[in-house]
Amino acid sequence: MKGILRLAYKLLVNDKAKFTALLVGITFAVFLMMFVTSMFIGVLNHASATVINIGASMWVMDPAVQTITNSIGMPDYVLDAVRSMQGVKYAVPLYSGGALVKLADGTYQSVTVIGLDDTTLFGRPQLIKGKIEDIYAENGFIAVNDSEFSKLENPDLGAEFELNDHRGVIVGIATVTTAGLYGLPTLYTTYERAIQYIPNPRYTLSNVLVEPKSPQDIPRIKQQVAALGYLAVTKDEFITRTAKFYVYQTGGGTNILIMTVISFIVGLSISGQTFYTFILENLERFGALKAIGTRSRDLVGMILFQATFTSLTGYGLGVGLCTMLISLAKLRLASYAAMVSYANLLLAFGMVVIITGVSSYVGVRRVLQIEPFDIFRG
Amino acid sequence: MPKAAIEANGLNKWFGEGEAKTMALRDVSLQANFGEMVYIVGPSGSGKTTLLSVLSGILKPNSGSVSVEGVDIWSLGADDLADFRLNKIGFVFQDYHLFPRLNTAENAAIPLILKRHDWDESIREAAKYLEIVGLKGRADLPPVKLSGGEQQRVAIARAMVGQPDILIMDEPTASLDGDTGQAILKFVHDNILNANRCIVVVTHDSRIYEYASRILTLEDGRITRTKASAA
Repeated sequence: MKGILRLAYKLLVNDKAKFTALLVGITFAVFLMMFVTSMFIGVLNHASATVINIGASMWVMDPAVQTITNSIGMPDYVLDAVRSMQGVKYAVPLYSGGALVKLADGTYQSVTVIGLDDTTLFGRPQLIKGKIEDIYAENGFIAVNDSEFSKLENPDLGAEFELNDHRGVIVGIATVTTAGLYGLPTLYTTYERAIQYIPNPRYTLSNVLVEPKSPQDIPRIKQQVAALGYLAVTKDEFITRTAKFYVYQTGGGTNILIMTVISFIVGLSISGQTFYTFILENLERFGALKAIGTRSRDLVGMILFQATFTSLTGYGLGVGLCTMLISLAKLRLASYAAMVSYANLLLAFGMVVIITGVSSYVGVRRVLQIEPFDIFRG
Repeated sequence: MPKAAIEANGLNKWFGEGEAKTMALRDVSLQANFGEMVYIVGPSGSGKTTLLSVLSGILKPNSGSVSVEGVDIWSLGADDLADFRLNKIGFVFQDYHLFPRLNTAENAAIPLILKRHDWDESIREAAKYLEIVGLKGRADLPPVKLSGGEQQRVAIARAMVGQPDILIMDEPTASLDGDTGQAILKFVHDNILNANRCIVVVTHDSRIYEYASRILTLEDGRITRTKASAA
């Protein structure tokens, strides 16, 4: 079989024009599918940045909340109620909101402010400069050194700014796992300072962060929180909830689906049509091979090998091209929202398998239909 | 007594049904022996190609039988029949049917590759046959770089590389000029034909009749004449 496959390989790659067209078609389709889905996955990942960075096991929120950015304040008693629930190891408050800061040069900049529990500082970021206890110092804030850091004029320790007529001082520079989606710098401070400095509605508690005693306690906690009229979700569920919001309620998912389907159709059209032409051009010779004594299953094997080889090569090139472009973009823009994941690798692979299957089916059908007698008859 | 390579008895073949039914072969019986170069001649539409296809295991007759080296080929299954053709019969087609993307040696080596011989060994063996058919030093060229006569020689090398007992040639001179056609058939007669081989040639080129051992004339699907030697 090795020799027969080598024969199939030579027939394929020696036809440079068609082989190139086939590769370009599949590479282009895979690239588009990968790129579009990578961007979307990147956006979803950035949309859940705070959830990922804070790292709490469970989040309690108003049931109407879809993402961390549209938090709805809860009354303070919710925190006390959650703390008293069975299965809760500890629970802390979290403030998350937007604010406008006035920088040293007099310009204004929107920021995201995260208010951490004053007692525990649960969810604090990893500092690369300064000491975490300085957050308790007068007007202390920690700035996150992500891709948006420069919008705060690259502050160093001691840099000052104004927030709602309050003085703010940078006492630490931190790093986080994931940058936010909206291009806003992030400032961490204590919960009490956050609700004191930032004008707020009646209720100020954005979320309650919960650590269950054991994973088995999670359903019970959810049940008790629901009885209170609120919603408790795990970290992964919150990320999924955020993703679902962007997929189903913003039109993003539909657009991605349309782009993916278009990429698939383009890839299928180019490679299917080119492969079919390749088979048609060689049809008489395949007929001659049949006459000489090639078994049908060997011919099918040859065609399947040709289609599979082309598809896998195109898949590799498409994935490589997409990864290279995303890497290059991230060199320029650290928070570039695109991410290659197993999910979109598998999706693109699945599409390629379908393209291979359809192209092979068309080719195999034609080759099996040809009668060696037709070769004699001319 | 000559040993029969191919024996056909009472072959009937028709195409279509009802009013569209066309008889291609009518009660054809023949024998081709080892050491013979048997020509099947006749006007266009007389059934030559159909007969050749039936004799070589490509087209099943509606009735009658074909034995090749004592094996009733139409009793074999599809895979066994394909294997039988691969091992026992060499084909030379009218239009050569060489793969333009393979070089000459790779084209000639195809039957060995299909028999699952080692690739390099197959190419070496094919190169030997290319030398036999007078194409020494052309092994690496693509078929398009060769003349019609040279391409037909490659097709002959491909047919012979598996050392089949029977060689089937369909209009081997149809795409060649007169001199080249004659040279090809002379080459086949002098170098390929031997006591252990039978060659069946379908042609209507009377210029090559001189190489025939016997000429069977087919008209309207019937063998109407058998001539022992054209010479």
